[in-house]
Amino acid sequence: MTSGANPIVAPPQAAVFSARGITKVYRMGEVEVWALRGIDLELYGGEFVVLLGPSGSGKSTLLNILGGLDVPTEGNVRFLEHDLTAANERELTNYRRNHVGFVFQFYNLIPSLTATENVSLVTEISQRPMDPVEALKLVNLGDRVNHFPSQLSGGEQQRVAIARAVAKRPDVLLCDEPTGALDIKTGIVVLEAIERVNREMGTLTVVITHNSAIAAMADRVISLGDGRIQGVRHNTSKISAKELSW
Amino acid sequence: MISALDKKLFRDLLHMRAQALAIVAVIAAGVAVFIAEFTTLASLTESRAAYYERQRFAEVFAVCKRAPKSLAARIEAIPGVNVVQVRTVAEVSLDVPGMDDPAVGQMISVPEDRRPALNDVHIRDGRYIAPDAPGEVLAGEEFMAAHKLKPGDNIAATINGRKRKLTLAGSALSPEYIYVVRAGEFLPDKKRFGVFWMGERELASAFNMEGAFNDVTLKLAHGANEPAVIAQLDALLKPYGGIGAQPRAKQTSHWYLENELSQLRALGLAMPLVFLGVAAFLLNVVLSRQIATQREQIAALKAFGYSNVAVGAHYLKLVLIIATIGGAVGVASGAYLATLLAQLYSEYYHFPKLLYVLPPGVIVAGVGLSTMACVSGAMISVRAAAKLPPAEAMRPAAPGNFRPTFVERMGLQRWISQPARMILRQLERRPARAMLSVAGIAMSAAIFVIGFFFVDTIEYVIDVQFFRVQREDMSVTLFQPRQRGALHEIARMPGVLAAEPFRVAPVTLRVGHRSRQVGITGLTADAALHRVLDAQLRPIVLPPDGIVLSTKLGEVMGVAAGDALTVEVSEGARLTRQTSVAFLSDDFLGLSAYMELGALNRLLREGDSMSGAYLRVDPRLRDSLYSRLKAAPSVAAVSMKDTAITSFRETLAQNMMTITLINSFFAGVIAFGVLFNSARIALSERARELASLRVLGMTRGEISYILLGEQAVLTLVALPIGIVLGWMGAWAFCKYLIESELIRFPLIVSERTSALAAVVILVSAAIAGISVRRKLNRLDLVEVLKARE
Repeated sequence: MTSGANPIVAPPQAAVFSARGITKVYRMGEVEVWALRGIDLELYGGEFVVLLGPSGSGKSTLLNILGGLDVPTEGNVRFLEHDLTAANERELTNYRRNHVGFVFQFYNLIPSLTATENVSLVTEISQRPMDPVEALKLVNLGDRVNHFPSQLSGGEQQRVAIARAVAKRPDVLLCDEPTGALDIKTGIVVLEAIERVNREMGTLTVVITHNSAIAAMADRVISLGDGRIQGVRHNTSKISAKELSW
Repeated sequence: MISALDKKLFRDLLHMRAQALAIVAVIAAGVAVFIAEFTTLASLTESRAAYYERQRFAEVFAVCKRAPKSLAARIEAIPGVNVVQVRTVAEVSLDVPGMDDPAVGQMISVPEDRRPALNDVHIRDGRYIAPDAPGEVLAGEEFMAAHKLKPGDNIAATINGRKRKLTLAGSALSPEYIYVVRAGEFLPDKKRFGVFWMGERELASAFNMEGAFNDVTLKLAHGANEPAVIAQLDALLKPYGGIGAQPRAKQTSHWYLENELSQLRALGLAMPLVFLGVAAFLLNVVLSRQIATQREQIAALKAFGYSNVAVGAHYLKLVLIIATIGGAVGVASGAYLATLLAQLYSEYYHFPKLLYVLPPGVIVAGVGLSTMACVSGAMISVRAAAKLPPAEAMRPAAPGNFRPTFVERMGLQRWISQPARMILRQLERRPARAMLSVAGIAMSAAIFVIGFFFVDTIEYVIDVQFFRVQREDMSVTLFQPRQRGALHEIARMPGVLAAEPFRVAPVTLRVGHRSRQVGITGLTADAALHRVLDAQLRPIVLPPDGIVLSTKLGEVMGVAAGDALTVEVSEGARLTRQTSVAFLSDDFLGLSAYMELGALNRLLREGDSMSGAYLRVDPRLRDSLYSRLKAAPSVAAVSMKDTAITSFRETLAQNMMTITLINSFFAGVIAFGVLFNSARIALSERARELASLRVLGMTRGEISYILLGEQAVLTLVALPIGIVLGWMGAWAFCKYLIESELIRFPLIVSERTSALAAVVILVSAAIAGISVRRKLNRLDLVEVLKARE
C-alpha cells in the first residue's frame, strides 16, 4: 500500500506500524547501496502480511527497521505511539524485548542451549511470557524440549525459533525467509506453526520471502523491488499453509 | 536458578576447555610466581624483624686491633648510643672428626653468666654455656648439622697456635649470622666455616685480650644520628686500630639478606607481568574468535531485546571465570611454591623459625592484578561484541581482506609454493596477532634463558676463579708475616712442587672523603700460580710501582689510572702512605687491590716479608703435606682448592636445579599456551577452507602443513628474538640485581642454554601441534562444509 487513501485497504483496526518515506543507504566500502528508496506503509493488528521480493529488493532491510534492529537513513517509522526513528539504543532494545518476535532464515539458535533453554533465553527477560514448554507445544515440539539444536532437524530448529519468538507474546512476529533453508515439506510444517500463532494469538505477522507461493496464505501481499513497493495485493480468500505447494 | 544465558556461558566454556585451560595455566603461573615471591618476601621480612627484635641485633658494627674495656664507657657516652657490647672475635682453625679438610671457626665471646646484651644467640639444641665449664662453646646450627654433631660432642681447635679441646654445649643461631659466610667469601660453606660462641674470659685469655676487646657493636637510641655516632666511634677507636665502623646496612649477613629481598621484590613483579601480559593477549585472541563465531548468536540475543551491556557482560563473565580459576589455582600453587622457596631460602638463611606469612593483601593484589590483566586483554573484544549492530551481525562477516605478501610483491613468488603463500598471507593479514604471538613465545624463551644463565655464569666464574686465577693447589697462611726465607722451608717440604710467596696487608684506602677497608695482595711480578687477570683473561704483569685495583673498587673510590691514593695500614706500625693507581682490572668477587710484592714490602716499610704461600703439590703426597702444614706452629690456615670448588658447586647445584626446573616448566607453559591457542584459533577460523582443500584432494599432511606451518614460522621467528631478550634480561639481572661491591658476574649465556631454551620451546610447539593435528585428522568434511560460517 502506498497511501492511507488507497481504497483497497480496509483496515480491520488501528495501524500498529506506520512508515513514511523510509530510505536506507548503506556504504559498502566505496559504493553507496540504496536498499530502500522511500517506503510508505501501514501494518495492522492481527494481519498476516507477506513481503515478497527477489533478493536485493530491500525486504530484509525493511524487516530489520520494523524490528528495531536498524534505523532508516531518512523517513519515519511509528510503532503504536512510539517513534522508532527517534528512539535511542536503549529504547530500541526495550522495544525489541517487549514487542517484537524474530524468526531468522538460519534459525540463529544458541547451539549450546537446549530447545527449552533457547526459549527461556527470551522468556527470562520479557514481561508476560508463556511457559517455554507451552511455547514449544504450540509448535508441536512438546517431545523435543530437552534436545540441543544439533540433535534437531532444520524444520524442528526453525520451529524452536518460532516458539522462542512467540513465547514473549509479542505484538508483532517478524519472520525473515523462515523456510529459506528448508525443503517444501518441512517448510510447510514451519508455516503451519506461524499460521497457528497468527490465528490463535492474533499476533501481527510479517513474513518475508522470495517464494511467491507462500503469498497465498497472507491477508495482504506487499511486493518489493529495487527498494520500492511495487504493488499491494489483498487476498480475498487466503489458503492454509497445508494447501501450499511450490 | 541459572539463567539460560549463564548456561550458554558454562557450556561455551566447557566447549573451549582446552584453550581455557591453557590460559588458566598461564594466569596461574603468573599469580603463583607473584604469590610465592611476595609471600616469601613477607615471610623473610617479618621473620627477620621478629628475630632482630627478639635477639637484640645491633645497629652499628666496628672492629679494632685491641682496645681497653674502659673505652666502652666512653663509647656509651656518645650521644645517641643506647647499648654497647664489646667482644673478642677471632678466627681459629678447626679439626673436625671425620673431615680431612680444614675448617675455620669464627669465635665470638659471650658473657658466661648471662646472655649477651646485643646479638643474643637463639639456642636450638642443648643449652647456653655454663659459667665455669672451660672449653664449652656454642656452635652454629648449620655447622653442627653439616657435621652431624650433637651437644656434648667434642672438636679440636687451634686457638692462637695452641691446640684446645672444645665441648659443644648446644647449637645456636644468631641474627648476626642469618647468612653464614666467611669474610671475603660470598657463598656459605657449612662444612668448612662455622660460628662459635665461647665464654668471654676464656676466649680473651686465649688471645691475650684480657681487659680488652677487638669488636664492638652498638644499639642506638631512637632518632639517633647514625653517621654522627659512627664518626665519633671511629675517632675513639682509631688509636686502637679501629678501621671504620659499619652501619647495619653494610653488615655482611644483613646485606646479603637485604639484597635477596630486593631481588624478590623485582622478580616478584617482573615475572608475573610477563605471564599476565601473555594471558591478556591469549584471552584477546580467544575471545575475539569466540565472538566472531557467535556473530549470529549475538544478533539473535540483541533481536530478542538483550541490551549491549548484557551482551558485553556475558562475554566479560567468560573472561572473569577464566581469570578467577587461574587466580585460584595460582594462589594455591603460589602458596605451595612459597613453601618450596622457603625451603630453598632456609638452606642459605638461618632463622630460628621462618614465619610463613600469606598476607591477604598479597592474595588480593595477585588476583586483582591477574583479573585486571585479563579484563584489559579482553576489553577490546567485549566492546566489539557489545557494539556489534544487530542488523550487521545478521549478515555473515565479510571475507578477510587478503593481498599478496611483501615477499610476493618483491617478485619472489616464483620460489614460494601455493601452501607457503597461504601461510605467509595469513600471517601478513593479521600482523598484530602474529607479532604478539611471536612476543609471547619469545618471552617464554627469554624466561628460560634468564632462569638458566646463572648456571653458565657460575661455571664461568668457577673456571676463571679456580683454574685461571687460583692455579695453586693449596694456599698456606702464616700467623705473622715472616721473612722470605720461610718460603724455602715450605718449598723444601715433601710434596711441594712449586711455591710462590704472597703478602696480604689489611689497609684502609682513602681518596678525599671516600674510604674502603680492603686487603692489598702482594704477588711477585712473575707469579705463575696465583695471577691477576684482565677482562680478556690475560695475565697482568704487576707494575714495579703503584697499586692495581679491581674496576669496581676504582669505581667505589672514584679513581682511575694515575690517580693518587692514601693507604692507611691496619697492622704493624699502622703507617699512612701515598701511592698511585697503576691501572684497573676486572674481577668478580669483592673489592681487590694488588701490588707487586716488592712494591708492597716497600710501601709497608718492611723487608722481603710474606704472609703466606701458594703451592703446587704432588697429588700423591697431598694429604701428608696437609697434615704436616697444619701441625706447623707458624701456620694459621691451609686451604685446598679442590675442597673450595667442591663446596662451591655443592652449595649451588641443588638449588639451581630446583629454580631451573621451575623456570623451564613456566617457560613451557607460556610457549604451549601461546602456540596451542594460536593453532586452535587458526583451525577454527580455517576449518572450512582446510576441509575444502581436503575435498579438492589434499592429504591430511598437506593441510596440516598449511595450518601448522604458520605456527612453525611464528616459533622460528620468536626463538632468536627470545634468546636475545633472554640475554638482555640476564644482563639486567646481573647489572641491577647482583652487581655490588661483593659480587660482579659477567654475562655468560652458553650455547647450551640457548639450545635448551630452543628445545623447551620446540617441544612445547610440537605438543601443541600434535594436539591440533589430531583435531585436524578428525575434521568432518561434510559437516564443516555444510555448516554456515
